[in-house]
Amino acid sequence: MTGQQPAILLEHISRHYSMGETSVRAVDDVSLSVPPGEFLALLGSSGSGKSTLLNLVAGLDRPTSGAIFANGQNLATFSSFELARYRRDTIGMIFQSFNLLPRMTLEENVELPLRLAEVHRGERASRVRVALERVRLAHRVGHRPTELSGGEQQRVAIARALVNRPQILLADEPTGNLDSATGEAILTLLRDLREQMAMTVVMVTHERPLAERFADRLATMGDGKLLGVAASAKGALP
Amino acid sequence: MKPRDLTDLALRNLREAILRNVLTTLGVAVGVASLVAMLSLGVGLQQLASKRLSQSGLFDTIFVTPKNTFRGMGRPQREVESDKPPRPLDEDARKEFEKLPNVIEVYPQVRFFTEVRFNKKPYATVVAGLPDSSRNSGAFDGMQGRFFSSPSADEAILQIEFAKDLSEKPASLLGQEVTLRYAERQAIPSAGGDSSNSASSEAPEGFSVVPKELKLKIIGVVETEPAAGYGGYGNARLLMPLQTASTLRAAQVNDLRDIVRGSTGTKLTFPSLSVRASSPSKVEALEASIKAMGFNAFSLLDASKSLRTFFSVFDLLLGIFGSLALAVATLGIVNTLVMAILERRREIGVLKALGAADRDVQQLFFVEAGVMGLLGGILGVLFGWALGRAITFGTNAYLKRQALNPIELSSVPWWLIVAGIIFAVLVSLAAGLYPASRAARLNPVDALRYE
Repeated sequence: MTGQQPAILLEHISRHYSMGETSVRAVDDVSLSVPPGEFLALLGSSGSGKSTLLNLVAGLDRPTSGAIFANGQNLATFSSFELARYRRDTIGMIFQSFNLLPRMTLEENVELPLRLAEVHRGERASRVRVALERVRLAHRVGHRPTELSGGEQQRVAIARALVNRPQILLADEPTGNLDSATGEAILTLLRDLREQMAMTVVMVTHERPLAERFADRLATMGDGKLLGVAASAKGALP
Repeated sequence: MKPRDLTDLALRNLREAILRNVLTTLGVAVGVASLVAMLSLGVGLQQLASKRLSQSGLFDTIFVTPKNTFRGMGRPQREVESDKPPRPLDEDARKEFEKLPNVIEVYPQVRFFTEVRFNKKPYATVVAGLPDSSRNSGAFDGMQGRFFSSPSADEAILQIEFAKDLSEKPASLLGQEVTLRYAERQAIPSAGGDSSNSASSEAPEGFSVVPKELKLKIIGVVETEPAAGYGGYGNARLLMPLQTASTLRAAQVNDLRDIVRGSTGTKLTFPSLSVRASSPSKVEALEASIKAMGFNAFSLLDASKSLRTFFSVFDLLLGIFGSLALAVATLGIVNTLVMAILERRREIGVLKALGAADRDVQQLFFVEAGVMGLLGGILGVLFGWALGRAITFGTNAYLKRQALNPIELSSVPWWLIVAGIIFAVLVSLAAGLYPASRAARLNPVDALRYE
């Protein structure tokens, strides 16, 4: 983590929305550096701006002011097409509501990013199988998302996020829809995968105890501002 | 995305809202069907008209006359002596014409005014020789009786008005005999009969008339004479096989010219020859080459050109009316795809989060519109064809009740099939433009937040 180019670097990021006459500062002057391989938890109550910040890092949204660097590249210089390529090739995303396409089988859901990346057909099947094996769902390839439990669905979403081998995994409340045991299992999986695949993970959550146990550092947000960054209980351990 | 993946996903999306998409596709199909049915009627009517006209011989026939007698539609005129004798329109010329490319047949016009006796009463009428090819002319489709048994039979077909003159019941004439009285051309023949157009008043003295008679069996009664042409004495009322008529050597008006030229009796010449081209499109070139051979040639090509212009405008109008339904179908596609955007907001958001570019989303909707257009086009052509068949069937059922001959009212040529499908796809793609760009512009953050 020392002297290395940060995986994510935020410099005075602001994102304002205008709602009628008033301007809402969803993210207000946030600066933050995430070194490669770190597991960062973004904590905060709802409406604190943590999800907006995550979307900015994901390239789904652009900041009103400030600069975002991912692996040293300024996202502001990207065209919308390049931003799409960045999402496809550099970023993996998982969501609270899983966002699997219900009429596709697990295999097809996981294959979707490979289709977008125009990966050769012959290679896709093996990559999908490897991704599903990583989340231990290889035996259910032909099933549809609705036939799975919440935890299983989130594992499929993780497999889909990983299939293009991203450097950065962004998780938006990944345990929000899961019971605590399942949530814990998902975070354990994320932590293991991060190590196996040498990814940087940024997770938005409001469950501080879980974040304390799995993340390296905790960044706390309130009213769009970054209130503080601290090493987690686990991170404080040697 | 690769085209195959794009198509894959598009088909999957179309299947997901199967009822709505099927209904939309049917809308396109109905639109295309109305267009195809309209145009097939236009094409069918055009074919019917041009078939009838080509059977009539007006548009694929060139009328050839010797150079210095042709004045005013081949009517016999005063002899004009020139320094160089014009080429005679004789058997040699006829053979030359037959060798020209795209010529189906060459036949002389045998047409003379004479007297016919029936039940000992005389009737004055024009007699015409019919080439055997007129057998296929539409004019004989609904005749009473039959066509000539052979090209040289001593048989006659009567025009209906003439038949009514002879008997109150024209049908009873079939099988009876008429006697044709005519003047045979011998050493110094003259135009027989009392034709008002005959040049006998100007002929030199010393004409002898050799009256002859020929018995003809009445085998048919027909509404009108086909290929009346534009020479002669108007419509003939008694028709006989051309060969039979030719062998009569009945005095015709051109014989006068032979007398003047002093070539009487040496060689038979024709007052005019009809050269039939294989199609009206060949007439122009053929006419030019006949003129180059030193004859006068005339055709009704210009008339057929204006006929084609008329049908182009007619087709255009039918096409515009047919397109109205397709325009409505286009709105259906726009509506369906806009609905799909609302429904698939989240899915579009997910695709974008996974790395789909605006272009990918746009293409996806575009392909969906195109597929609906393609399927609608194919179905529509089938419907349109069936509609055309149904209209033809209905019309023919009506015609049959009226004791008329069936006609082929609609025609779906291959170009109409291809054009119908391509048109449907293009129109559908145009309809997909707005929804596709709207879907592509969808903000992924909003789309993912949407519950």
